[in-house]
Amino acid sequence: MKTNALIRLSPWLFTVGLLLVWEAAVHIFKIPSFFLPPPTLVAQAFVDYAGPLARNSWITLETTLIGFALAVGFGLLLGLLVGWSRAIYAGLYPLMIGFNAIPKVALVPILVLWFGIGFIPAVLTAFLISFFPIVVNVATGLATIEPELEDVLKALGASKLDIMRKVGIPRTLPYFFGSLKVAITLAFVGSVISESVASNYGIGNLMLQAQAQFQVPLIFAGLVVLAIEGIAMYAAMAILERRMTGWAQRSGFAQA
Amino acid sequence: MSAFVALEGVDHAYGTSDTLAVEGLSVAVEQGEFAAVVGPSGCGKSTLMKLATGLQFPRAGKVMVAGAQVNAPVKIAGMAFQAPTLLPWRSTVDNLLLPLEIVPPYRGEMRRRKAEFRERAEKLLASVGLSGQGNKFPWELSGGMQQRTSLCRALIHEPQLLMLDEPFGALDAFTREELWCVIRDLHATRKITVILVTHDLREAVFLADRVFVMSSRPGRILVERKIDIPRPRDLEVTFTPQFTDIVHELRSHIVKARQ
Repeated sequence: MKTNALIRLSPWLFTVGLLLVWEAAVHIFKIPSFFLPPPTLVAQAFVDYAGPLARNSWITLETTLIGFALAVGFGLLLGLLVGWSRAIYAGLYPLMIGFNAIPKVALVPILVLWFGIGFIPAVLTAFLISFFPIVVNVATGLATIEPELEDVLKALGASKLDIMRKVGIPRTLPYFFGSLKVAITLAFVGSVISESVASNYGIGNLMLQAQAQFQVPLIFAGLVVLAIEGIAMYAAMAILERRMTGWAQRSGFAQA
Repeated sequence: MSAFVALEGVDHAYGTSDTLAVEGLSVAVEQGEFAAVVGPSGCGKSTLMKLATGLQFPRAGKVMVAGAQVNAPVKIAGMAFQAPTLLPWRSTVDNLLLPLEIVPPYRGEMRRRKAEFRERAEKLLASVGLSGQGNKFPWELSGGMQQRTSLCRALIHEPQLLMLDEPFGALDAFTREELWCVIRDLHATRKITVILVTHDLREAVFLADRVFVMSSRPGRILVERKIDIPRPRDLEVTFTPQFTDIVHELRSHIVKARQ
């Protein structure tokens, strides 16, 4: 019971501990606040710039979620397609690896060329950076169906579509929901990259402007906002995963 | 009278490989008969199963099931393997319903007759000693219980042919003997044709009407042995000299086959 309470408290203890060490280090080593502002100054920035922070963090969240939603839809479809046929798998895999190797920041100028500065390139960058893990996980789930189970179903006269519906897709769900946790954090990376390179809105843009005006505590406040949004979305995906695929998470490790 | 399952002079190799898995394989199993196939490991026993169910097609020779040449998965077969291969997201009863969701005419009647089908599944579970376990998930069952469930899944659509590929290989000795009796009783009450692939000679002799001994790769039938121990057979029969003699005889064939 005591260890349980400790485990539940420990994320908060570690967070507070990090902030204390940070604050102490800044004072002890007399680090100037334009170089590394202490947490108290960052907190002050939150109060002073509450309006812009709230407005822009909302925009970033919106951008990220739209890009992420596109990635989920597209990633799921492409993953099913790739997992469906070996020929499609063999044909698309090298292309996808190649595409995934391209740093997505390099795509932003092209997106700006096509769609102009602002909302759309940010959504698309979030989408492009986050669909890959979804595709790979869905395809892996489908590719690893036990051959014996396939034989059982085929001997009953099951079509490929039957096997997909009854076995392939359900057993892929844990892989799919697992990949969402990776994809949502990547989607934040994508939208913030694009916002800081080519947008007039969003946390990325806010941080860029704060940097230009040398408001270092505000830059850090932007980072903290991103971290909080990232954790919140990750947690949402983890809860969704547990809700949808509880049967796959019965080990004590997953429940702890 | 023609056999229910007949392989005639069958050669088979997987993919584009030139190494034959079976060569000149001929087996004939009568309707309602319990046949066991034994042989050294890698002798093509599982290939025989795949050929007889239409999961693979022969390079040469003919495969006939129920009077028709096999050129597609046969649809009248139920299969069970060493691994229970149950779906972990479905309860035991829902696992049993899987074949009914695929095999016509049941698949079209699934929605309308669901309650009736569930009842049938529960009855089948009860017949193998799993009454009241229907709502549990596979991972809440022991290995033996999972294998019983897997057998029920192979039988729920009332197939005419039951194919068992080392179904008890992964179980402990006591559970295995319990399941021998389950299979024995299912065969006796349903009068279905059973083909059992196994490497356990006692299992083969206890259950089968006829035992086929296969050679090492490429597999073909070396010996065909009728088991004339009267039915119903009790587990005690496995301790009689008659039983042991047959096992010894088959064993010497296998030893020869391995050389």
